[in-house]
Amino acid sequence: MNTVDLQKQSVRDLNHALHQLPEGNENVGWEILNPGGKHNIACGLDRELNIRVDGHAGYYCAGMNKRADVTVTGNVGVGVAENMMSGSVFVQGNAGQSAGATARGGLLVIDGDAAARCGISMKGVDIVVKGSIGHMGAFMGQAGRMVVCGNAGEALGDSLYEARIYVKGSVASLGADCVKKEMRGQHVQELQELLYANGLNENVSEFTRYGSQRNLYHFQVDNALAY
Amino acid sequence: MCGIVGLYLKNPSLEDRLGELFSPMLIEMTDRGPDSAGFAIYGDEVADGYVKLSLQHTNDRFPWADLATWLTDELGEEADLSEHATAAVIRVKATESAVRDLLEENYSDLRIMSIGRGIEIRKEIGLPQMVSDRFGLPDMKGTHIIGHTRMATESAVTTEGSHPFSTGMDLCLVHNGSLSNHNRLRSWLKRQDIKFKTDNDTEVAAGYLSWRLREGATLQEALETALCDLDGFYTFAVGTREGFAVLRDPIACKQAVMAETVDYVAMATEFRSLAGLPGIANARIWEPEPGQVYSWGRKAARTNKGT
Repeated sequence: MNTVDLQKQSVRDLNHALHQLPEGNENVGWEILNPGGKHNIACGLDRELNIRVDGHAGYYCAGMNKRADVTVTGNVGVGVAENMMSGSVFVQGNAGQSAGATARGGLLVIDGDAAARCGISMKGVDIVVKGSIGHMGAFMGQAGRMVVCGNAGEALGDSLYEARIYVKGSVASLGADCVKKEMRGQHVQELQELLYANGLNENVSEFTRYGSQRNLYHFQVDNALAY
Repeated sequence: MCGIVGLYLKNPSLEDRLGELFSPMLIEMTDRGPDSAGFAIYGDEVADGYVKLSLQHTNDRFPWADLATWLTDELGEEADLSEHATAAVIRVKATESAVRDLLEENYSDLRIMSIGRGIEIRKEIGLPQMVSDRFGLPDMKGTHIIGHTRMATESAVTTEGSHPFSTGMDLCLVHNGSLSNHNRLRSWLKRQDIKFKTDNDTEVAAGYLSWRLREGATLQEALETALCDLDGFYTFAVGTREGFAVLRDPIACKQAVMAETVDYVAMATEFRSLAGLPGIANARIWEPEPGQVYSWGRKAARTNKGT
């Protein structure tokens, strides 16, 4: 186990050390102490590392993550796991806005609530939020899956492409071109798998699926007023 | 950019440490706003019938003692003066309008930064650390405080353009963001006899709130109509005699985070400003929702999530 105290070492030094690790150092645990809301902690990783951030992190924590598993025991600020490619990021507290923005792969799990624009422009990531999400969740989501065990704020799934959204609680409003959809067998199965994999003992039948009506992303002049 | 910070104490035993707790919060926001900084601190209230004024003057060597003597003669009441670097605080038995009219008529270069029972405002150009040091912020006591670090976008870097802006008795405003309809709104408010001293967008928001309150709106109502009448992006923190209120625009692209423990409620643009507060590890921490007025005050020492 390696321990880095961010009161004594800079985030830049930490990230540099993590980037320079030779391949084969996998499964070594890293514990990061006193994050103090600092930005860019554990960004740009490309190793099978197991990282635990002990406290509250600032913006872009675990951004651009590839292969690493990162756990934050507290809250995170704007853009946690933004543009993640693979690996996983677990947040035990609440997340700020734009959690998982543009992420292409991997898994982002938020135990608390996520603020506005969770999963904005998601492109293949799986996002599981155990609490609620703010407004404009999955805005322009292109691919991937989002599970929300609480409620969703206004304009859920606005201008959605092919991302699939499952919400258990209420949805304040749906964004342009986002509609409620039938839960077919494949959706029940994928939701069951996502819940099970994350240790969530939820009843699949209580969730509603939302997806794109596919009217907006092929431009039709008749729809011009809906943009 | 810009950074805003606020700290409201629920636990009175921390009041002696308000400045000491708040100064590092303000300084942490230096890289969001290095060109000027300011704060409004509440406490040490004057008695019924008295007002407390925070003043600055374009002349750094302005003879404050002469002003206090003159004011004493004019009002027939002892004007109690204390000097704090480039600022002065006067306590006097008078109504707000009487003392304001007197000063505005006779001292056009004087800047009345705040009037109230408990509020005092200090602001200056320079790094937040310099502003904190100059005014002795770490030694200041009080019940609550809001502050601002500025990176100017809409108007010049001057003390007048720094935040907080006074909006009436014991009221002030700090702002992170920028308003896009401030020119037209300013000219409209001028016709309602609201006075402006700068080209600053935040001063227009402050003037708007002053106008709404003058017309009889409550602070809650004024902030709710601000959501319709102010165009732009913003997070506001409004200092009141009892506490403070926070409002984000309906899109909420300007960051804000809040933290609450049994001892205090704190807000900041970024969490790192709050990281040094006692008990923060176990605080309730969340992002305020868009278009919602959040307020805390002594009359209702609890989280009031608006309508």
